[in-house]
Amino acid sequence: MRLAIEVEDLHFYYVKGEYVLRGINFEIKEGESVVIMGSNGAGKTTLIKHFNGLLKPIKGHVRVFGKDTRNHTVAELSRLVGIVFQNPDHQLFAETVEKEIRFALENFNFPSNEIDKRVDKILRYFGLERYKSASPFNLSEGEKKRLAIASVLVYEPDIVVLDEPTIGQDAIQRKRIINVLKELIKSGKTVVAVTHDVEFAVELFERAIVLSRGLLVADGSVKEVLTNQKVLEVANLLPSQVTKCAWLLEDFGIPRDIVSIEELKEHIYKVLRG
Amino acid sequence: MKERLITIDHVTFYYAGTEKPALNNVNLKVYRGDSLLITGPSGCGKSTLCRLLNGLIPHFFSGRLEGEVNVLGYDIRKTPTHVLARHVGMVFQNPENQLFLSSVEKEIVFGLENLGLPREEIKKRLEEVIELLDLGNIRDKPPYELSGGQQQKVAIAAVVAMGPEVMVLDEPTAHLDPLSSKEVLDLVFKLNHELKVTVILVEHKLDMTASQVSRMLIMNEGKVILEGNPRDVLNGYHLERLGVNVPKVVEVYNELKKRGIILNGVPLTPEELVERIKTEKLRLTYEVGNRS
Repeated sequence: MRLAIEVEDLHFYYVKGEYVLRGINFEIKEGESVVIMGSNGAGKTTLIKHFNGLLKPIKGHVRVFGKDTRNHTVAELSRLVGIVFQNPDHQLFAETVEKEIRFALENFNFPSNEIDKRVDKILRYFGLERYKSASPFNLSEGEKKRLAIASVLVYEPDIVVLDEPTIGQDAIQRKRIINVLKELIKSGKTVVAVTHDVEFAVELFERAIVLSRGLLVADGSVKEVLTNQKVLEVANLLPSQVTKCAWLLEDFGIPRDIVSIEELKEHIYKVLRG
Repeated sequence: MKERLITIDHVTFYYAGTEKPALNNVNLKVYRGDSLLITGPSGCGKSTLCRLLNGLIPHFFSGRLEGEVNVLGYDIRKTPTHVLARHVGMVFQNPENQLFLSSVEKEIVFGLENLGLPREEIKKRLEEVIELLDLGNIRDKPPYELSGGQQQKVAIAAVVAMGPEVMVLDEPTAHLDPLSSKEVLDLVFKLNHELKVTVILVEHKLDMTASQVSRMLIMNEGKVILEGNPRDVLNGYHLERLGVNVPKVVEVYNELKKRGIILNGVPLTPEELVERIKTEKLRLTYEVGNRS
């Protein structure tokens, strides 16, 4: 299996000497789904900006499908790695929703009949077709977020990176985003998301990487990492309600590493009716 | 008898240039000391409702307002926002938009100076609020150097110092990590419990809030569709379909119920669920003991 992203001894600072990333090492294989977690200011967004070369390592290396980001332009790398940033207002710029979505396709020289086809398809998929001619800035926050995601997915990069995709989303929009990403993961794309949302992480992803003050402090299965009390504390996270219940029911022999409602329910049933 | 602070009576509001009402015949009464949680899908009218309470509607956001809004005896139509601001404090999603001075102390003092308070009173209130919100170690720091959670606490402190009777918080934890969210929300509930500030809180994070409030409101398409005790509101309806993040323990409770285990009341937190399971276990043991 190919390596999608290799991060090797990555160091970075914005202000000389004040390191934001202090020697990060990990690899992500093609087709893996990974969440990157950690408190505000841990270095998560700084890390993912290295994946398409927006930031270049001060020391160490980042490689995307073997290409060292230092030797390639953001434009080249963006074809492989699509990043959806946290605040759609920082990403959206076109006059209309349609132009926003066409932009990357035109930049990457897709043939024009292919562009039309893809634009129509993705607008329908995200329920944005009626806004085709509207300005992105007149959309609601939830719609803007979906447009930002759509404008990246439309050119089908091999690696999709999302910064806080569920922030400010109500349950319906959240479900929509989850379903889109589920499809994407199933289709074999590499999906990386920065998030604080433990329930979102548990529902979709296989692997969790946790950063704290510029260091990698945990890397493992979502189940293993997000039920580890020490790791959660370091990352300013709280256990999900389901995991918390399991911890509180430890005396009844319920394991501590429970993340799904189904598992918890079965264990409680056994305690009460077993 | 409880003192009524806010009356919203058959209120409908259209933002200028729109044909669909953002609020559609809304009625609401809020009493002194209430803690009211408002939730609902994006675009349901939550923020519009908040904007009525300090007169941002109709004085800043223009549009067509029908019905009556009375806040602490003031008709919002006839009352300038600076008068309402003395009584109704607002906190928004993004503290960065609210903080602009070079130190935490200055942020807190700014609003007090605007009220025209004497120097001694300003000093007294500053110290009180710093103590209450535990901001002593960051009082000289510029807000932009603080974490998101600390910034939000400072925004709340600046509002609390002005001594409002009502605080309106519109998704104050939207940009915060879970632990910081919990800290900010705990603080809000402390203000409600200890200072008896009336709190109106808009939140999606029901797992951290539902168990702490006296009343809960669910809005959809400009209307209040459910109102009452959070336990009653969150149980028995298909609220996910409406875009409401129902706490997972409510789901566990309902799943157990389907399989014939009826716990003693709807839980809103893991602690409450576990307490009910333990009670049920004890009851079963007792029953078995009696039978044999």
